[in-house]
Amino acid sequence: MSSNGAVSKNTETVKRGLAQMLKGGVIMDVVTAEQASIAEDAGAAAVMALERVPADIRADGGVARMADPEKILEIQAAVTIPVMAKCRIGHFVEAEVLQSLGVDYIDESEVLTPADEEHHVAKSGFDVPFVCGCRNLGEALRRIGEGAAMVRTKGEAGTGDVVEAVRHMRRVMAELRQIQHMRPDELYAYAKEIQAPLNLVEEAAELGRMPVVNFAAGGIATPADAALMMRLGSDGNFVGSGIFKSGDPAQRARAIVEATTNFEDSALVAEVSRNLGEPMVGIANSSLQPEEMLAGRGW
Amino acid sequence: MSVRIGVLALQGDFAEHGAMLGRLDAEPVEVRQPSDLDGIAGLIIPGGESTTIGKLMERYALRGPIQALAEAGKPIWGTCAGLILMARDVGRCQPLLNLLDITVERNAFGRQTDSFETDLEIEGINGGPFHAVFIRAPIVRAVGPGVRVLSRLDDGTIVAVRHGRLFGTSFHPELTGDARLHASFVEMARHA
Repeated sequence: MSSNGAVSKNTETVKRGLAQMLKGGVIMDVVTAEQASIAEDAGAAAVMALERVPADIRADGGVARMADPEKILEIQAAVTIPVMAKCRIGHFVEAEVLQSLGVDYIDESEVLTPADEEHHVAKSGFDVPFVCGCRNLGEALRRIGEGAAMVRTKGEAGTGDVVEAVRHMRRVMAELRQIQHMRPDELYAYAKEIQAPLNLVEEAAELGRMPVVNFAAGGIATPADAALMMRLGSDGNFVGSGIFKSGDPAQRARAIVEATTNFEDSALVAEVSRNLGEPMVGIANSSLQPEEMLAGRGW
Repeated sequence: MSVRIGVLALQGDFAEHGAMLGRLDAEPVEVRQPSDLDGIAGLIIPGGESTTIGKLMERYALRGPIQALAEAGKPIWGTCAGLILMARDVGRCQPLLNLLDITVERNAFGRQTDSFETDLEIEGINGGPFHAVFIRAPIVRAVGPGVRVLSRLDDGTIVAVRHGRLFGTSFHPELTGDARLHASFVEMARHA
């Protein structure tokens, strides 16, 4: 009854595996330890520590950066669920700082102001796993090629408008369906067209799904939004401003968790949606100027 | 004959367990409410976040019916978060099933960067070591009377236990290609 194997850490299996444990769950944006505890009590599968929620980043303007390490340490001390944190696109030193703090996952996020307009972080070299945003299959597979162990569709963060999240999830799922029916020579041409590594295009075609866990994000504000994203094929939901910018965060958080679990049970979604109070105010994406869209960040 | 095995599907990697069962002569059944437990021969409680699964288990009044399943002699197996949920004591207040007389320490190895893979010898599993994936894994600190230790790490840490037809593993056989533990569980359920 003794083990006889060497111990390997930080493998792809272990990095992707944590995302698999989050499936069917909700990852909630929090800016304080108190919010993190509310999220955990409501049934969050993980929390995302950041300096300001996307709605405030949008309202305040200026440069959005990694959160204060002190805040991240406070949040880590407050909860037992995994703690994720955001770094700027391409800011590998922010990523190293977050890794040194012992965060469980890093989100290299378009919600923060990009630090590099050409390069993303070379994520394979890190011990900590990364999640990245995508709008289509090519972008997702480029990020996985760089070492991302989880992806999420970008949506349009801080708006409370789910339309972009739907657009991106539909696009990704449709492209995954298409490649399953392609011949090998068509896959070569398609990989070139979507600027994705060929081996990952072939892997996704063979699996019939994204090679890593794929959550939805960016504009999910209600239990019905959360269930909609699951119905479109998402593995789980990130909810940012939608919870702590609403009238009753604890109740809304619980409702979104329940709707994510029971996404096929519309009667239950109706039940948890009753008397939830004010949702976040929201900004219609159609009213945004192109330069105000965060989803265009990332290359 | 194909045997129906429930997989608690409130949150976590229940689909991975379902895929493993699908490779065997078993029909996976996703369990979200008490009526889903009708007619199953055994239950798997998957990996995930034990606080999330526990709260939803309480919300949908699944605790009593799962405990009744155990009392009726049906096999139940918890992996990682599932092991935590089956424990009597985890050192903090959270909803538990109290099925195994064990004391569990959550996140016992540290944070995600301390997650690891290794090979294990497991009592009752023949054909060489079992490749085990530990992710923010719990360990069993103490076992009560009647609880048998099935596997330990080199340093003696307990990572698999059994009491009658109740099993708990700190690691995730559903993340490997090795279906031996699932096969052994399905066989027990078939004859239970």
